[in-house]
Amino acid sequence: MVITLIPKRVFKFPIEGKNISPDVFVEKSAKEIAALEMWEGNRKRSLGELFDIKNDSSASEEFTIKIEGDVSKVRNIGFRMSMGQVIVDGDAGMHLGEEMSGGAITVSGNAGSWAGSQMKGGTIEIKGNAGNYIGAAYRGSTKGMNGGKVIIHGNAGHEVGCYMRKGLIKILGNVGIFAGIHMNNGTIFVQGTSQGRAGAQMTNGKIVLAGHSEDVMPSFTVDDIKAKVKVDGEKIEGPFYRFIGDLADKGKGKLFVSKPKNPYLSHYEKYLE
Amino acid sequence: MTELIVKNGFVYDPLNRINGEKMDICIRDGKIVKTVKDSAKVVDASGMVVMPGGVDIHSHIAGGEVDTGRMLRPEDHVKDVEVKTALTRSGVGYSIPSTFTTGYRYSKMGYTTVMNPSTPPLQARHTHEELADTPMIDKGTYPLLGDWWISLEHIRDGLIEENAAHIAWMLKAARGYAIKIVNPGGLEAWGFGRNVHSLDDVVPNFGITPREIIRGLCKVNTMLNLPHTIHVHTNNLGQPGNYVTALETMKCVEDLARKDSPVLHITHIQFCAFKGEDWGGLKSGAEEISNYVNNHNHVTVDVGQVVFSDTTTMTADGPFQFGLYHLTGNKWVNHDVETETSGGIVPFRYKRSSAVHATQWSIALEIMLLIKDPWKVLMTTDHPNAGPFFYYPKIMTWYISKAARDKLLSKTNKRAIKKSLLPTIDRELSLYELAIVTRAGQAKALGLKDKGHLGVGADADIAIYNINPELADPSKKFVAARKAFERAAYTIKGGEIVVKDGEIVKQVFGKTYWVDVECARNHCRTTRARANAEIKKKFKDYWTVEYENYPIREGFLHSSAPVAVKAEI
Repeated sequence: MVITLIPKRVFKFPIEGKNISPDVFVEKSAKEIAALEMWEGNRKRSLGELFDIKNDSSASEEFTIKIEGDVSKVRNIGFRMSMGQVIVDGDAGMHLGEEMSGGAITVSGNAGSWAGSQMKGGTIEIKGNAGNYIGAAYRGSTKGMNGGKVIIHGNAGHEVGCYMRKGLIKILGNVGIFAGIHMNNGTIFVQGTSQGRAGAQMTNGKIVLAGHSEDVMPSFTVDDIKAKVKVDGEKIEGPFYRFIGDLADKGKGKLFVSKPKNPYLSHYEKYLE
Repeated sequence: MTELIVKNGFVYDPLNRINGEKMDICIRDGKIVKTVKDSAKVVDASGMVVMPGGVDIHSHIAGGEVDTGRMLRPEDHVKDVEVKTALTRSGVGYSIPSTFTTGYRYSKMGYTTVMNPSTPPLQARHTHEELADTPMIDKGTYPLLGDWWISLEHIRDGLIEENAAHIAWMLKAARGYAIKIVNPGGLEAWGFGRNVHSLDDVVPNFGITPREIIRGLCKVNTMLNLPHTIHVHTNNLGQPGNYVTALETMKCVEDLARKDSPVLHITHIQFCAFKGEDWGGLKSGAEEISNYVNNHNHVTVDVGQVVFSDTTTMTADGPFQFGLYHLTGNKWVNHDVETETSGGIVPFRYKRSSAVHATQWSIALEIMLLIKDPWKVLMTTDHPNAGPFFYYPKIMTWYISKAARDKLLSKTNKRAIKKSLLPTIDRELSLYELAIVTRAGQAKALGLKDKGHLGVGADADIAIYNINPELADPSKKFVAARKAFERAAYTIKGGEIVVKDGEIVKQVFGKTYWVDVECARNHCRTTRARANAEIKKKFKDYWTVEYENYPIREGFLHSSAPVAVKAEI
């Protein structure tokens, strides 16, 4: 079952898209789906008013929602989804897959901030760039991402994995400041460069910076040099400096920073002798 | 002229000794009257319980602390959103609801009067602004006066009449209803990073003790003839072994009592009824506390019932809140209000699985059930410190039904329950007693003459609950009783039906009570004139605001309701 949504026009105002989720669509007729409530700015709309809806029941076995076009103004796609698939062929808006517990979301373009915020399971794959607060907690809350995977092929913004508790965030591009801030557990991997201050106030978990990092926080202490580090079952070739912190919060988190890409950290080696 | 008649309900009106009698209540122009014309609108209450509107003596619903708490906790609001309707405004809830939501939720439970128990006088303007935006209920606020420099100086110098004159000025300036004392002396010490740990510790820079502060303000309270007693949050709050401090506090004003009428109200006494050396050995001091209260008539208490939920603690007790931050590691706010008081906020979750939290839950219930005279003990949660106020219906079922308590006991920390007295207590409050601890007793303790009863001349604030005591015993059908308390069949406020079947049908704005102290003697008038001149002079030294900007004009209140009192001096 594949349901395809095509935006009828270029959206100018933010759209509340909590209802675009396989859990909501499943077992609904085309008419019922078209009648689902949406908000465009402060106006109440129906899904059918904003999107052309095509229904293909023969295609794949898995319940799939395919969005063809730019939905960068549509928020909360895949909110609390537990199964099925959402494929966005274009850009997606903020809060993508928030609180999701299962299923998969794929975005061929970019995604906004808060993707995978408070998610508990499932996978989000973003082929382009993503915004800030990926896999983070709600404002004020201490309960961030609690399972599942977020894979970003491009760059990600600031405060990725804020208050993360479990799961994996993999960034193949670069990352902004404060990756893994307040992290309690889980893993963050960054292939590209980091703008620094990674792991601030982390109490546990693992952050792997395979590229250049602007700095290592002074509240981290060097612990060892490791040749390889394991991320999600995969071995990443190092060598890496291993730091423990954030000591300001009595943290036991592990921060791995690439040795060859960060020669300025060599002065730490004297503390290891 | 609007007339209303509430027909055939089972009326529980303890102040007029009416216990479940089937009778009609007549209302004209917001007051209860003897008779109405046949044309009066009929509210059919047959098969339902009719009580005076609920009164809450202690609930943090407005002011600087509450608002800072709101800002601190967006995650608290996101889980509880109220959508606007044709009649009501939108808002958010949970532990620190927005002002409109606060009013609606109280009203839906049949509450009509709520007192906001602490406001730093300097922030009274903000408090009154928020109270003005809290619909559906009558309200008032208590200024924090236990650590006010001017008062401490007078206590140090033994100038009791001067102190009284200054307090009278302050109550009027802040439009306050009662004298609130929080950790007397401790908050002043906290300004210098210290605290006091017993009634006889010396307050730095003043050389006086908490005992002298409590006694001094208690005398002032009697001298000014204020409707409520002093409202005290004890020293050492929230520390193991502090039941001794609570007992000492009650003992220290024993001799100031007159004709058996109370002179002291200890608030959220659960938080100061801890026995044991440390948190691991925490036990209940409820037995000692309730024994004392049973044998003395000069004190009333409210319980501060713990509810197992996520909440936000907020008190003027800065040092206590700082300790709580260290205990929990949660985010926190702490501040000092110039010459007046301090404050702190820490989010907190009470868990059934925690031995300490389960013991606290049990202590509050033990105190409620072990104090024999329900007029002396009142139901509160110290909202939101021990739990949000909308858990009241649940608490009421714990009071009226042992089965309801046992149900929760079986799911609560075993170690705590082993030490608890609660399983051995069989007492169940009757609906009559419940009406005392939730309204009549509260109104009596507050000295609100027109509230908490349904006699002729009282304000027509009435709660009607869909419980039929003839058909079903609420102690057995406690779930149905809880639902009935959650959604009042009718709430009548000032003679108007404002809630029907648990939904708001009319939005009204209540009055704000404050005490207007008038001097009886010329001598006092001169003292007051002198006090006024003295305060004016001291403003330059003590405050960051000007004297002229400090007092709140009466017109600033949404609907001012001064309670005129004649001082004895």
